[in-house]
Amino acid sequence: MKPPTEVGNAPEETIENPVSGIDQSVGDFSYDMNYAFDAGTGLSERTVDYISSVKKEAEWIREFRHKALKTFESMPLPTHWATKDLENINFDKIRYYLSQGQKPKRTWDEVPDDIKRTFERLGIPEQERKFLAGVEAQFDSEAAYSNIKDVVAKQGVIFVNSTEGLREHPEIFRKWFGKVIPTSDNKFAALNSAVFSGGSFIYVPPGVKMAMPLQAYFRINAENFGQFERTLIICDEGSEVTYMEGCTAPKFSTSTLHSAVVELVALKGAKIQYITVQNWAPNVYNLVTKRGLAHEEAEIKWIDCNIGSRLTMKYPGVVLKGRKARGEVISIALANDGQHQDTGAKMVHAADETTSTIVSKSISVGQGRATYRGVVHIPKHLKGCKNNTECDALLINTNSRTDTYPAITVRGDQHAVQHEASVSKVSEDMIFYMQQRGLTEGQAMSLAVNGFINDLARQFPMEYSVELKRLIDLEMEGSVG
Amino acid sequence: MSSSALQPASLPPINGSRFTAHISQRTSLPKWWLDTKQAAWNQFLALPMPTRTDELWRFSSIKGLDIGGFDVAEPAAGSAGTPLLPNFTRTAEITFNNNHLALRTPLPGDLAAKGVIFCPIEEALVKHPDALKAVFQKHAANLGSEKFVALNTALASSGAFLYVPAGVEITAPFVIHHGVSGSKKAVFPHTVVSLGANAKATVVESFASADASEHFAAGVNDLFAGEGAQLVYVGTQRWSGSTLAIQSNSISAQRDARVLSLNLHLGGRQARHESHSRLQGPGAHSEMLALSVATGIQEFDQRTLQTHQAPHTSSNLLYKNALLDQARTIFSGLIIVEPDAQKTDAYQSNRNLMLSGEAEANSLPGLEIQANDVRCTHGSTSGRIEPEQEFYLQSRGIKAAQAHELLVFGFFEEVIGKLENEEIHDALRALIVESKFRKS
Repeated sequence: MKPPTEVGNAPEETIENPVSGIDQSVGDFSYDMNYAFDAGTGLSERTVDYISSVKKEAEWIREFRHKALKTFESMPLPTHWATKDLENINFDKIRYYLSQGQKPKRTWDEVPDDIKRTFERLGIPEQERKFLAGVEAQFDSEAAYSNIKDVVAKQGVIFVNSTEGLREHPEIFRKWFGKVIPTSDNKFAALNSAVFSGGSFIYVPPGVKMAMPLQAYFRINAENFGQFERTLIICDEGSEVTYMEGCTAPKFSTSTLHSAVVELVALKGAKIQYITVQNWAPNVYNLVTKRGLAHEEAEIKWIDCNIGSRLTMKYPGVVLKGRKARGEVISIALANDGQHQDTGAKMVHAADETTSTIVSKSISVGQGRATYRGVVHIPKHLKGCKNNTECDALLINTNSRTDTYPAITVRGDQHAVQHEASVSKVSEDMIFYMQQRGLTEGQAMSLAVNGFINDLARQFPMEYSVELKRLIDLEMEGSVG
Repeated sequence: MSSSALQPASLPPINGSRFTAHISQRTSLPKWWLDTKQAAWNQFLALPMPTRTDELWRFSSIKGLDIGGFDVAEPAAGSAGTPLLPNFTRTAEITFNNNHLALRTPLPGDLAAKGVIFCPIEEALVKHPDALKAVFQKHAANLGSEKFVALNTALASSGAFLYVPAGVEITAPFVIHHGVSGSKKAVFPHTVVSLGANAKATVVESFASADASEHFAAGVNDLFAGEGAQLVYVGTQRWSGSTLAIQSNSISAQRDARVLSLNLHLGGRQARHESHSRLQGPGAHSEMLALSVATGIQEFDQRTLQTHQAPHTSSNLLYKNALLDQARTIFSGLIIVEPDAQKTDAYQSNRNLMLSGEAEANSLPGLEIQANDVRCTHGSTSGRIEPEQEFYLQSRGIKAAQAHELLVFGFFEEVIGKLENEEIHDALRALIVESKFRKS
């Protein structure tokens, strides 16, 4: 194995609090690796067979992958409404599977040094010791480390990667796998279904309410790589879990593809809170499908912070299947130069008295472009459904751009649905006022932007919230004028 | 091009020979007009029919768009003409029936002396070609119905042209009626309004069927307000309940111009209305209003665009739909602020009042903002009459049915009340009651 080589130039001292991993400079390094398993470049039936064979998968899952590959090949890119930038993805140049081993280690000592060094630099082991119930750390295609605290495991909570979930808990996994997001949902869900690897599988038994969050950290290290994790979280009746995911990738001159599928199932009275803090490098196409299924009186809450990436297309959704189910999406997006954050939310009401809330805030800096795209659907013969959507956009520079495209369908006279969106800039009076109190223009702008997202940032765990504010400060540097 | 949509078999009456006959009857008209018609006909043939995958037709019932079997309407012997609007003071009036001039009242002499023109388009082509050509289809709506706009241009003969010279202010409205009668008849109304700098005028246009037969209407409006002009346009649509109607309106507002457009939708089986406001000079303002009362299995499909092309422009859109029975509405609106349009103030609101358990409202309010020093907001609501409101009125001695009706009309009033002319308020209220709420 070659000695690790650093790429990128992020100085160590900028990583003051690597817990959240949302400082964009934090992840800008990579090490040369000798991968034990490499499916090569390009996508074909051979690629799918390679992945399935390496993972020693059952025949049904191999067939599932092959069928998904055909679906992927048959579906067009959604460019009739989406950005044409999608056409720049070269699927033939991507490496679809890279790993040093398929089995995650249970202690950090067992993790190979070169991988461990990456995660130590990102602060993951330290974070685990501090406040997490369990951590999974994925390096390219496979989890390098996966562990859960004994006290949680003893309650019957399962927290493993999807490969282990498939192998060791097929009776639960297979029942829900692909049921919330069918393979044919969209082209990138089909792609993930064909080549998925890694991701988390979580099962929380009835009545178990986890006080501490579980965390996954997704790290892309290799160039021209595609990461396709698959996450499935099932909260049985009356249980509760909070799951946090962070992610980074180094800056390369070539583009990288990240296309995850996340399925959540909250059974009767269960609560799932799923927190994402995305901090991809600006070369990453981040095309993710996330959806939850909420049964009777269950609650699914997506908290989504999108920073970084070249293009993000992500619309977390909830299918409100049971009476009195609740769905919520809270979203913050920051689009800087050369970035397009095409994010939003989907709420599909499918039972009486279901309620949903969407709050989305975006900030466009420089030539950044933030788009909100939403769906709220209340079909016929339901009673007493409610939705409230608010989306606000802040434009910092004269050439910043923002778009809003909600689609709301309501059938029947028993519902209340409202949508509001606004676009504004930071008030010159406000900046002037703060400058009169001794702040520089940049500091004043940071304060104003932090004020804009403050009510949402407070809903993040403390560590994320603090880090988010610091990141806003960084992004605002030099943005005025 | 979708050849399947153009085969003679699917469009027997509106076909090439029909178009040739239309042109051959008009050889005395200016060549530029005939060339425009020929180009439009070619465009109609070349453009594909909309499909379900067209973003601009999202949620529309595409199947209902079949225009095969309709024939270009001709005047019927002894036709009673178009049902007229309720009474209100008017400056002059032109009535078209089945694509032909049926009636016109003279323009007051003092206005004619000031240079005001109010006449059928085909008359304007001969007598006032420059004034008409200056604004005719300078800005198309471009919201998805280009194929039907082309068909209108190719076959339209019944259109009115209003020109008000700079500085002339006229209070009482100009009234234009378009009517259709007979079975499976198609009409192509086209209205052109041009106001000079600081001119002021109101236009009330009525579209209606004289009988309950199935009709097809493809209409176009070009509304142009010069610098500082003030234009009020009111359109009332009462086609028969089995009519397919597609209307495409374009509004251009120059520096400091103010345009208010209000469209009332009552008739039609499937009625699509497109309206594009362009704010082209600093200080321009467009007020876009619509009120729809959808009953039975009606589908009202409304597409709007507010394009801010100059700084310090403003627009305000309020589209309200009341839905009964199994009716459907679609509102798809977009505010575009172009990069140079700093200091834009734009608002867009779609409110749906659901009065039936089987009605369906689709709302797609959108924003595309490319300038940062702006205030742009939009909102959409779909809700019902709250039982508490009805209870409150009942507790004041108002019977339940009356309380319900009061609340529904209260919902309409916010739109109607934005017009300054109280006589037109009464006329619009009368149309709504007559068409939708009259108890037999």
